[in-house]
Amino acid sequence: MEGKLRELQQKASEEIQRALSTEELEKARVKYLGKKGELTEVLRGMGSLSAEERPLVGKIANEVRETIEDLLSKAKDQLKEKELQQKLEKEAIDVTMPGKAVKIGKKHPITQGMDELKNIFIGMGFKVVEGPEVDTAYYNFDALNAPKNHPSRDISDTFYITEDLLLRTQTSPVQVRTMEKMKPPIRIISPGRCFRNDTPDATHSPMFHQLEGLVVDKGITLGDLKGTLEVFVKHFFGSQTKVKFRPHNFPFTEPSAEVDASCFKCAGEGCSFCKGSGWIELLGCGMVHPNVLRNCGIDPEIYSGFAFGMGIDRLIMNKYEIDDIRLLFENDMRFLNQF
Amino acid sequence: MLVPVRWLKDYVNIDIDTKEFADKMTMSGSKVETIEKMGEGIEGVVVGRIESINPHPNADKLVICKINIGQQLLQVVTGATNIKEGDYIPVAVDGAKLAGGLKIKKGKLRGEASEGMLCSQEEMGISKNLIPEALKDGIWILDKEYPLGVNIMEAIPFEDEIIEFEITSNRPDCLSMLGMAREAAATLGTKLKYPEIQLKEGKEKAAEKIKVKIEDVEGCQRYVAKVIKNVKIQQSPQWMQQRLMKAGVRPINNVVDVTNYVMLEYGQPLHAFDLEKIAGDTIIIRKAKDQEEFKTLDGVNRILNADMTMITDSERSLAIGGVMGGEDSEITETTQWILLESANFNNDLIRSTSKRLNLRTEASSRFEKGVDPNLADIAADRVCQLITDLEIGEVLEGMVEVYPTKKEIIQTSIRPNRINQLLGTDLSIKAMVEILKALEIEAVEEGEEIKVNIPTFRNDLQMEADFVEEIGRIYGFDKIVPTMARGNIVVGGKTNGQLMEELAKSQLNSMGFNEVLSYSFVSPKSVEKILLPADSIKRNFVRLINPLGDETSVMRTSLLPNMLDILSRNFNRKNEEVRAFELGRIFIPKSEESKELPYEIPNLVLGVYGEGEDFYTLKGVIETLLDGMGIKDYSYEVEKHHPTYHPGRCANLMIHDRVAGVLGELHPSVLENYDIHKKCYCAELDFSILMALTRLDKLYQPLPKYPAITRDFAIVVKEDLYVREIEKIISDKGGKILESFKLFDVYRGNQVPAGCKSVAYTLTYRHKERTLTDEDVNKVHETIVDTITQQLGGTLRD
Repeated sequence: MEGKLRELQQKASEEIQRALSTEELEKARVKYLGKKGELTEVLRGMGSLSAEERPLVGKIANEVRETIEDLLSKAKDQLKEKELQQKLEKEAIDVTMPGKAVKIGKKHPITQGMDELKNIFIGMGFKVVEGPEVDTAYYNFDALNAPKNHPSRDISDTFYITEDLLLRTQTSPVQVRTMEKMKPPIRIISPGRCFRNDTPDATHSPMFHQLEGLVVDKGITLGDLKGTLEVFVKHFFGSQTKVKFRPHNFPFTEPSAEVDASCFKCAGEGCSFCKGSGWIELLGCGMVHPNVLRNCGIDPEIYSGFAFGMGIDRLIMNKYEIDDIRLLFENDMRFLNQF
Repeated sequence: MLVPVRWLKDYVNIDIDTKEFADKMTMSGSKVETIEKMGEGIEGVVVGRIESINPHPNADKLVICKINIGQQLLQVVTGATNIKEGDYIPVAVDGAKLAGGLKIKKGKLRGEASEGMLCSQEEMGISKNLIPEALKDGIWILDKEYPLGVNIMEAIPFEDEIIEFEITSNRPDCLSMLGMAREAAATLGTKLKYPEIQLKEGKEKAAEKIKVKIEDVEGCQRYVAKVIKNVKIQQSPQWMQQRLMKAGVRPINNVVDVTNYVMLEYGQPLHAFDLEKIAGDTIIIRKAKDQEEFKTLDGVNRILNADMTMITDSERSLAIGGVMGGEDSEITETTQWILLESANFNNDLIRSTSKRLNLRTEASSRFEKGVDPNLADIAADRVCQLITDLEIGEVLEGMVEVYPTKKEIIQTSIRPNRINQLLGTDLSIKAMVEILKALEIEAVEEGEEIKVNIPTFRNDLQMEADFVEEIGRIYGFDKIVPTMARGNIVVGGKTNGQLMEELAKSQLNSMGFNEVLSYSFVSPKSVEKILLPADSIKRNFVRLINPLGDETSVMRTSLLPNMLDILSRNFNRKNEEVRAFELGRIFIPKSEESKELPYEIPNLVLGVYGEGEDFYTLKGVIETLLDGMGIKDYSYEVEKHHPTYHPGRCANLMIHDRVAGVLGELHPSVLENYDIHKKCYCAELDFSILMALTRLDKLYQPLPKYPAITRDFAIVVKEDLYVREIEKIISDKGGKILESFKLFDVYRGNQVPAGCKSVAYTLTYRHKERTLTDEDVNKVHETIVDTITQQLGGTLRD
């Protein structure tokens, strides 16, 4: 009996090892362990055993059953694993074929630049304020202390709609409008479109973009202007960038300055990009002229302020090394997709 | 402003190298644009004298010269025609280097040895337009004897550095060597040396030769005249020519050169008339006659008007005051008597005269920025001194002057405390006084204040703020410590409108749309190209009076024409697909006369073409956008009459009974106008309406707790029935339990009769508080289906 069982185990084990599919395994299980299987068959002969032999054989029979079950289960796992492997192999694809692109659009590079600038200034507590593109000579010139005969008022410089209405040449009118409406403390930036009577060529455009800033409060100093712009420049161009404040002249501010940043291409060494000077002209700024404050109903004896303004298009062109400003307004998709 | 450093050093001691000097000047407010090095790279050019000139045996156009260069006699073959024996000239000897890197070597020219080259001024690096007429195409003939063989750089002060300064419009006083010297002295903390003027005048009195009368007191504030006799017109000395050329002025003759020299030195424009060509004995300054004709010394006949200030004699006009002299009274080689004019003219009038005549001169560009009237006599004396020193003529005694209202020094006071407050500095009163004195501004400490005398050459100084700049810039902006603004709390950020614009932009970006930016002005014809009717409100433009051209002459009333230009450009550049949007403003006049600011309304335009694009893809984009912006209550209205769009493929976007936009396939005629041979789909949306409804604040909706039941139906309806009719009924009859519905199929074909279509919907039902039963749903669903079949004449498909 015991021999039969061992023999059975041996046979089953061989058969299980030969099985090539889970179906064959199942067949083997039914054949040996099923209700009408061979093990049951063998155990039916237990009745002819002695009372001493029975528990012994029973134990062996259980061992055989467990062994077979164990073998079955292991073989099943192996086969499953194998079948999965085969399936996966069949499913292999050419991963070097191109991906299916999801097309997303891009913001215009000028918008991207504006967004970056806005975020820097918002971080310093500035509010973003906008104003009309068509404005009056008062807001664009008079209130900003521009002399009556200032060349920028000329029809060769400024687009006029009437003698009094014009396309703003700067976003500074927004500052005046803000000062008229808001009382200090004021801390704003005004981004937007501006217009000048320039025939388009590689470096000129009749429409361009500016971002200007204005701070008015008690005790605002030229040092504050320097600090604010230094933070901006280091944010935008990198913390290694050096900043230079050169005295200059604008009707809107007194004192006035121009700000240069060390050339971001050569780090101030001097290259073709900065025309050998090591510096890139960045923006104009200064302390708000007392006349301008007064024009807006703010007492320059109590308050002081600073203002700055920069051209965005040039900044973007510098950043991406775009050599023709007209590209910005042609809107060729191959150009826009690059940003 | 071109400033030759050697000249500047006449007035101020500069003992640092030019680069360092330039940097300091830039930082004190005189921005250096360029530094040009005259004579840089030039080697081996010496003074020579032409001993003989003989014909070349083998060439008609060449001559053989023997040149004495001191120790040696060189043979040089040249083609020059302006030389004669005895001339002193610069010779480039064997191995010499000239401007532009040209190297000179011994050689043979047509068989004759040539041991060097005679040099022109151009070869020495002087730009051609500055070379005196006589030397323009020839060899540089030196003005006098120089030691032979000596390096030309040492013989005449040729080697130099020329600094170009950018002079801001508020500082016309810096348009002179002395003005720049003053800035340099203040910047370097050294002293300014003015030229010492000592006059040697004859006994004869100028006043006996000429009188001056100013009739146009508005146009001419001051007129100073001096008279010079026994004038010998020649070329001016080399040192003066050098200085003029380096400062960008072409030498003419000794008299003109001296007046130009003093103009460059002091900033006072001067003019010399040939006295013998002046009729009568009185110079009268009056307005021109309207339409008066006058020939300026550049040979151009000019038509004047009655606003222009003229210098006249008893018979005719002699000069346009402060702009240009006349041809008739010009100095010539035979001139013997000179009337020297040193006058001051009204800057605004000079500006308008010069603009009207389209004539800008060194004189007019100085006068229009403002010249100190108190300079006139000093400059006249300086000219006379040079005329005597250079033996050009004899100066008569005294000056003839009319100066009705003398410009006086203005006294004011400034508060050091306030200045420190604005600069963020802690300068002592004494330091401030020192700075002002360095700028030649008289300043005295008086208690808490500084009393200042504003010199008449500083028109830009008017109020305390102007002194803040003076003190700040000379102290050094670079020394001011950067700080952050303190003070009250301010909250930064963007307005809701800006946030909505950004939201819309990023939504559109995520749907594959590129943002484009186009000009705010367009051609008035653009509305014709999009076929808008003659009475369209969009033809009512805000118009520019001085546009660049017709193409950019009106402010846009629609963003569509620019978008179509962009689609067309991309199409014609073979870009296969485009999804683009622009978010910008349109301009609508408020009143007919356009006296008021126009309305500026933010608009959004979308434009697409390419594979897979159709009306519904664009409509889907708009719906996704509106959804993203939290706008719910919108609908579409069939639009059959919009001239820009395909009459069967156009709809209006309706929000709260207002037309918020239009979308559709573009009309083939419009596409033809833009040369686009592909179907395009565009939408124009009034972004101001969208902004008013945008919800940036969102509330969370609890997720459903109970299961949904879905039911489908398909119904055959007439082809021309709009599905909106079906959807209205679904919405109406769906009651509280209809959660959503979706059109999932439209079928035309075998199983559907001709002229009909089958539309299939999935309806989703759900109750918020309990699980729905089939009965609940059946009741509603059947009502919906029945109503559709009854009202719309549809038949249900199985």
